[in-house]
Amino acid sequence: MAIAKEQLDSAEKRVLQIVSRYGANEEHLLQILHDVQADDNSLSEAELIQVARAMDIPLSRVYGVATFYSMYSVRPRGKFIIRICESAPCHITGAQSVIRAFEQALGIKMGETTKDRKFTLEYTSCLGVCGVAPAVMINDRVYGNLTPDKVQEVLSACEND
Amino acid sequence: MDNVNLTIDGQVVEVPVGSTILEAAQLLGIDIPTLCYHPDQSIKAVCRVCVVEVEGQRVLQPACAYPVAEGMQVRTNTARVREARKTIIELMLAHHPQDCLQCERNLNCELQALAHRLGVREVSFPYVERQLPLDELSPSVIRDPNKCINCRRCVSVCHDIQGVGILDSVNRGFDTVVSAPFWRSLIELSCVNCGQCILVCPVGAIKEKDDTEIVWAALADPTKHVVVQTAPAIRVSIGEELDLPPGTRVTKKLTTALRRLGFDRVFDTDFSADLTILEEGSELLERLSAGGILPMITSCSPGWIKFIEHYYPDLLGHLSTCKSPQQMFGALTKTYYAEKAGIDPEDIVMVSIMPCTAKKFEANRPEMTDSGFVDVDVVLTTRELGRMLREAGIDFAELPEEEYDAPLGISTGAGAIFGASGGVMEAALRTVYELVTGTELENLDFEDVRGLEGIKSAVVKLPLKEAAAAQEVAADNPQTLEVKVAVAHSLKHARVLLEQIRSGEADFQFLEVMCCPGGCIGGGGQPIPTTNGERMERIVAIYEEDKGMPLRKSHDNPAVQTLYEEFLGKPLGEKSHKLLHTHYQAREKF
Ligand code: SF4
Ligand code: SF4
Ligand code: SF4
Ligand code: FES
Repeated sequence: MAIAKEQLDSAEKRVLQIVSRYGANEEHLLQILHDVQADDNSLSEAELIQVARAMDIPLSRVYGVATFYSMYSVRPRGKFIIRICESAPCHITGAQSVIRAFEQALGIKMGETTKDRKFTLEYTSCLGVCGVAPAVMINDRVYGNLTPDKVQEVLSACEND
Repeated sequence: MDNVNLTIDGQVVEVPVGSTILEAAQLLGIDIPTLCYHPDQSIKAVCRVCVVEVEGQRVLQPACAYPVAEGMQVRTNTARVREARKTIIELMLAHHPQDCLQCERNLNCELQALAHRLGVREVSFPYVERQLPLDELSPSVIRDPNKCINCRRCVSVCHDIQGVGILDSVNRGFDTVVSAPFWRSLIELSCVNCGQCILVCPVGAIKEKDDTEIVWAALADPTKHVVVQTAPAIRVSIGEELDLPPGTRVTKKLTTALRRLGFDRVFDTDFSADLTILEEGSELLERLSAGGILPMITSCSPGWIKFIEHYYPDLLGHLSTCKSPQQMFGALTKTYYAEKAGIDPEDIVMVSIMPCTAKKFEANRPEMTDSGFVDVDVVLTTRELGRMLREAGIDFAELPEEEYDAPLGISTGAGAIFGASGGVMEAALRTVYELVTGTELENLDFEDVRGLEGIKSAVVKLPLKEAAAAQEVAADNPQTLEVKVAVAHSLKHARVLLEQIRSGEADFQFLEVMCCPGGCIGGGGQPIPTTNGERMERIVAIYEEDKGMPLRKSHDNPAVQTLYEEFLGKPLGEKSHKLLHTHYQAREKF
């Protein structure tokens, strides 16, 4: 298979550690994938191969789970995942213009990741903070009452994090 | 109470507790449409095309999964049911390529048949083209996920029957489709090329790599001498591909048909199956007496070989070093036959007709060139041969009967039964018995190793020729050599025995493994459908074939005897080792 041995080797140790923490039982797969993803917000092919081997379950099953749940991504994602709420309250309070501002500032479209793997733009369902719509969540933090002007400020806050 | 009574469409039927509505309806001759249901698989209930009305239930219920109950009232043919079925098919067609005229499965497609049967005349949803990538890299199995209807039948066979697990559902919602991880090609993964996924796919989403054009070109080339070999299983299945009933024996029509297509020599893989027995039987006896690695495992099934290379590489030493009969045949055709016939091996095209997609991969293995020439040039499945015969307009059922060509068309019943699970074992026992005991075997039929049971076993007691020889092989009982044998078919069952070998618990010396359920007669290149029902018919036919042969023991094959006299010398001799034996390689698991 066209996957570099170095990639496989470098994923191996971390994955084995995580799997041994929970036990190689399929019922822990979701948690294991969560922890494996924690380093760079995405699940690489090498990582999933190692998970499959360590747990002795088919790679196809691991990949199926990783692509079924929206909390995982098998595509590379940035250090900061900007999740923009697309539910009705955010929509009417101007989420669209905020989205456009993010896209312009980062030079990417929704669903994409910046080349330096710093930022990813994603949609999310309601964040439950409709009182401060439009809102975005960046990693674990929520930013409310956004306008296009505030976008740069929010991004800088991340950079300085 | 073991039975329940229920009413379906006004008719009362009595069925065992635990039956489904689908099964009860079948008894009444009511054919409820299905797609994800497969008679040899567990119930998936994902397509919902089988929905029916059950009195007392607000929503429609899937008949394939819904258990019957006493007094239940079921309606399978109401306006609501018909509407629901149609909608389900229309939703599938809304992203299904409208490609029937160019599709391999045209006229043998369950989706097409259902759309026709259920009277779908228009699709009320807008067509969305999925534009998923094709996987056409494998020499054996290729896929067009755009045609996939998510029935999960291939997933079930790949995971649950083969224990391999290459294909699975990926993504969610509208984007859900069955595919391979990271959209890799099957050739990059630890797919064993068995083609069982092809057999169960209701549509044209998985198919064999079609090599018929290469054969047409060779047949049309006057500078080529085109030689064909036919696997044991073909004679009991090509008829079925050409609309005869399952299990019809057509051996002598097959030879005529191949001649009419233009093959220069029509030979038989049964010949090299007999040869395999002499090589492999000798190898077993050598391992038994010289303390070699035991149990020894058969090596004729290329899907099985690829499986053990990926999944149990630590056990590769247990494999017999014998090439498969297909490859032995090719190697001899390019040497022994070429020499005898005075033809430059360069000009010979070796075509084999196989029930198997994994044979295509096997023929492509770089090590299968020991004679200086590729052993086998092209492998066609039963389905591909059927395609050529249809295209040529050969009316198979009406053909006169002809014999195979000599010498490589001469064979015994032992060669024929290679086509069924347990057959290699039985053929080997017939020969090993006589080699060891020096007496004639009275009952040739080893019933214990026949049939569709997943794992079979037998104990054979061999009274020894001389007590002296016995000292070496069975110190505790110098008068008899006791050989315990086991047989497994489908890789899930093979796994059970491999785990026993790994843990040291294996209580047998000789193991036959066939990759496909039922052995080659159930191979991934066989006519569609191939369910266990068809498999049983073909198994019966292959043992009838054996019974009908004048010779039924491989070592009695006169052409094989001559081959040893004129060319090979003796089993396991120098020439055999060069041409007929091989080696294996550990492969990674993906
Ligand atoms: S898979 Fe069936 S319905 Fe689809 S194009 Fe082929 S024959 Fe037609
Ligand atoms: S060919 Fe066999 S191993 Fe490969 S995907 Fe199909 S069923 Fe699985
Ligand atoms: S590839 Fe064929 S068998 Fe597999 S899920 Fe799709 S339609 Fe069903
Ligand atoms: S056949 Fe019953 S749900 Fe698919």
